[in-house]
Amino acid sequence: MTMADASSPSTPAPAAAAAQPLMRVRGLHKSFADHAVLRGIDLDVMPGDRIAILGASGSGKSTLLRCLNFMELPSAGVVELAGQAIGRASPGKGDAGLRTYEEAELTRVRQRVGMVFQQFNLFPHMTALGNVMEGLRTVRGQREPDARARALTELARVGLADKADAYPARLSGGQKQRVAIARALAMDPEVLLFDEPTSALDPELVGEVLRVIRSLAEEGRTMLLVTHEIGFAYHVAGRVLFIADGAIHEQGTPDQVLKHPSERRTRAFVERHREFDF
Amino acid sequence: MNALYRWNFAPVLDNLDVLWAGAIGTLRLFVVCLVLGFGFGLVVGLGRHARARWIHLPATAFVEFFRNTPVLVQILWFYYALPILLPFQISPLIAAALGISLNSAAFSAEIYRGGIESIERGQAEAARALGMTAAQAMRRVILPQALRRMLPALTNRGIEIFKMTTLASAVAYVELLQQGKLLASLNFNPIETYTVIAVVFFLCLFPLVQATYALERRLGRSDA
Repeated sequence: MTMADASSPSTPAPAAAAAQPLMRVRGLHKSFADHAVLRGIDLDVMPGDRIAILGASGSGKSTLLRCLNFMELPSAGVVELAGQAIGRASPGKGDAGLRTYEEAELTRVRQRVGMVFQQFNLFPHMTALGNVMEGLRTVRGQREPDARARALTELARVGLADKADAYPARLSGGQKQRVAIARALAMDPEVLLFDEPTSALDPELVGEVLRVIRSLAEEGRTMLLVTHEIGFAYHVAGRVLFIADGAIHEQGTPDQVLKHPSERRTRAFVERHREFDF
Repeated sequence: MNALYRWNFAPVLDNLDVLWAGAIGTLRLFVVCLVLGFGFGLVVGLGRHARARWIHLPATAFVEFFRNTPVLVQILWFYYALPILLPFQISPLIAAALGISLNSAAFSAEIYRGGIESIERGQAEAARALGMTAAQAMRRVILPQALRRMLPALTNRGIEIFKMTTLASAVAYVELLQQGKLLASLNFNPIETYTVIAVVFFLCLFPLVQATYALERRLGRSDA
């Protein structure tokens, strides 16, 4: 296993605030019934990190992402957000064991960790604007005019100001995903999680969504991106994780992992995905 | 069948005030049962959907009990049996409202549960990912979509409730059928009286159903 990570897992990092990871994952395990999907993930996400997560389907990469905003509750391990460990250690177990999670705490965490889904999951009974306003109104309790102004700003950022009044059924897949990104951005998340954001799109619509994600990366937003778009990962990510069998198999800069992979499985994966490149 | 029967609606039409009183009674019982039945049904339906056993099991028991006993028996039980067990009298309205509402709650609970569970998982996930509580996600995202899908089934339930109000005549509650029985036995004209009663029910329900069709079409517009 290559660890390009400089920080040692055991040091609690009492250094300067700037050096503190935004998210810190230690010993993350997730099992569904008897099936272990994640088998001990350690990960530090620094502010401004752009991390691409690659891996074959079923490798656990989406589950890893979904554990970071607690769409799935970890079976073991700790996730910290800005130095705060989320959940409480269950009595009688160590810090690495099963934790109990309060719904109210997870609700607060999710406001700080935005997510964009493969299937968009726009609310079909609300307009594009309504979708983007929803979190501001219901979760933040903002007044209608404030939420509307903010939502319009976010729609303009993804290039869809003119579609504010359109219902999702009238939008293309690429437009739906851009609205979904605007919906996540409106909540000012500290971290953005993209779960295969272009996998459900027709090939000609992938570009418009990737361009939006790249512009967010260039703004210096912290993001984790599960994707099959190796080329995009190469150009946009600062760090690439290759997941296999529920563990980080190899990680490093895009150049290290994608151009000069040291692990056999990483090499096979990259070659498979570049088979038809020209 | 007697083709020579000479229809005479005059005695019925002379007593329209009697029928009017019945219509008011029917409407009152209908509204009470509609609100209580659908309202309590939502509570029970959410209970059926809940994961916690101590919520889930009583809700299920309630649904099964009231789905599998006749409403008429419930009304008679509330009217004749309950006052023996409890230290107070129960009016025909309350007995009928209890029987019909609880039965409707049981049936509509299953409609609510089915509607809620028909909404794709991603909808709840997207709501939770924004930081909504489970209750906010239900109220803002799941229920508005589920209600739309449930509307045809709920309409059927509503019509059923309207027609079930006639069961209240078994405890002499003043509603349309009860007043019809009264007129038919006074004037010895069951043919005309019950014909009028049937027509009145049709005239009440038919426009109601048409209105809900229009509502369905309007709500369906934003969907794919």
